[in-house]
Amino acid sequence: MKNGYLNPYVAGILLGMVLLLSMFLSGRGLGASGGIRNCTISVVNAIDRTHTESSDYYKRYVGDGKKPLKSWITFEIMGVLVGGFISGAFSKRLKLKTEKSPKISNAARLIFAFIGGAFFIYGAQLARGCTSGAALSGMAVLSVAGFVTMVAIFGSAYIFAWIFRKLWI
Amino acid sequence: MGPISSLPGFTEGINLLFAFLVGIGFGIALEQAGFSSSRKLVGMFYGYDTTVLKVFFTAAIVALVGSQFLSLFGLLDLSKISVNEFYAGPSIVGGIIMGAGFILGGYCPGTGISALSIGKIDGLIFTIGGMFGAFLFAETYPLINDFANSTFKGPIKINEVLNLSAWLFTIFLIIAAIGMFRVAERAEKKFARPEITNDL
Repeated sequence: MKNGYLNPYVAGILLGMVLLLSMFLSGRGLGASGGIRNCTISVVNAIDRTHTESSDYYKRYVGDGKKPLKSWITFEIMGVLVGGFISGAFSKRLKLKTEKSPKISNAARLIFAFIGGAFFIYGAQLARGCTSGAALSGMAVLSVAGFVTMVAIFGSAYIFAWIFRKLWI
Repeated sequence: MGPISSLPGFTEGINLLFAFLVGIGFGIALEQAGFSSSRKLVGMFYGYDTTVLKVFFTAAIVALVGSQFLSLFGLLDLSKISVNEFYAGPSIVGGIIMGAGFILGGYCPGTGISALSIGKIDGLIFTIGGMFGAFLFAETYPLINDFANSTFKGPIKINEVLNLSAWLFTIFLIIAAIGMFRVAERAEKKFARPEITNDL
């Protein structure tokens, strides 16, 4: 248990119990990208309502008086923020910092973090879920989508890891 | 019996409360696993830290086995649990784009929020980048609409495609996971980078 993190298998059991609880309480798995999408849609909707009302895509989320912030997935990611903070406080890991390899600058790390985030959520919208919603929760219900998305994410990440190795090692 | 949200007299407000509570548990589990650290996460792809694989497969198996036992005892109706719909092409292409995002950004969406929650600035920027990605998807939707809805196969299950019972597939998955865990433990020694892992 070096670094103060939980043993990975114990952490896996804990995460699995949370996923099981989600299935038992709400009949669905965990997720993350959908919450980030819903937050984005409500920001766009607040800035320019005529734009969201004229788009078939946005209308699915804001049409008929629907509120994307008042959704299961948005409340769940708010909980993730709170839970992460509690865990960080408990294990004394709360600290403002940019985590990066010493071989790259802070600015480079943050630019790549932005680009990576954009790629990830774009891909997640296409695949109908990210590592948690599609891969983890999808595997736990034996969905083909879960297994295929998991292999595509992790398989391609090994190739990109080699191409962009200077970012990390 | 379960899922609880399908019981009569159940309100949307309680389900949102469940969502928030589940989220707190999810946030604690991710952060305690060390998933608030990008250099720990990407260690998976350079071999020096394979926590991602161990946590990920252990969690999937616990939920899979747990839900089947709950169903066996009549406590959970598995037919009421949503099963991901499979769009073959978009799942693969989306997955490859996500793989690039993982390496460029160092997080996935859930772990990015986890990092942000303990003050990691790269986690915050990753999440803001994610919002930009969601915006880009919405704005380019008319162009990719056809592809995004192509090759739809429905909410199909892998054990049914392979013509196996859920239990038998689960047992194969557990055996495969144990094999991967052994490879992972060996990889961590072979590709060890103490200058990184001592820093995490």
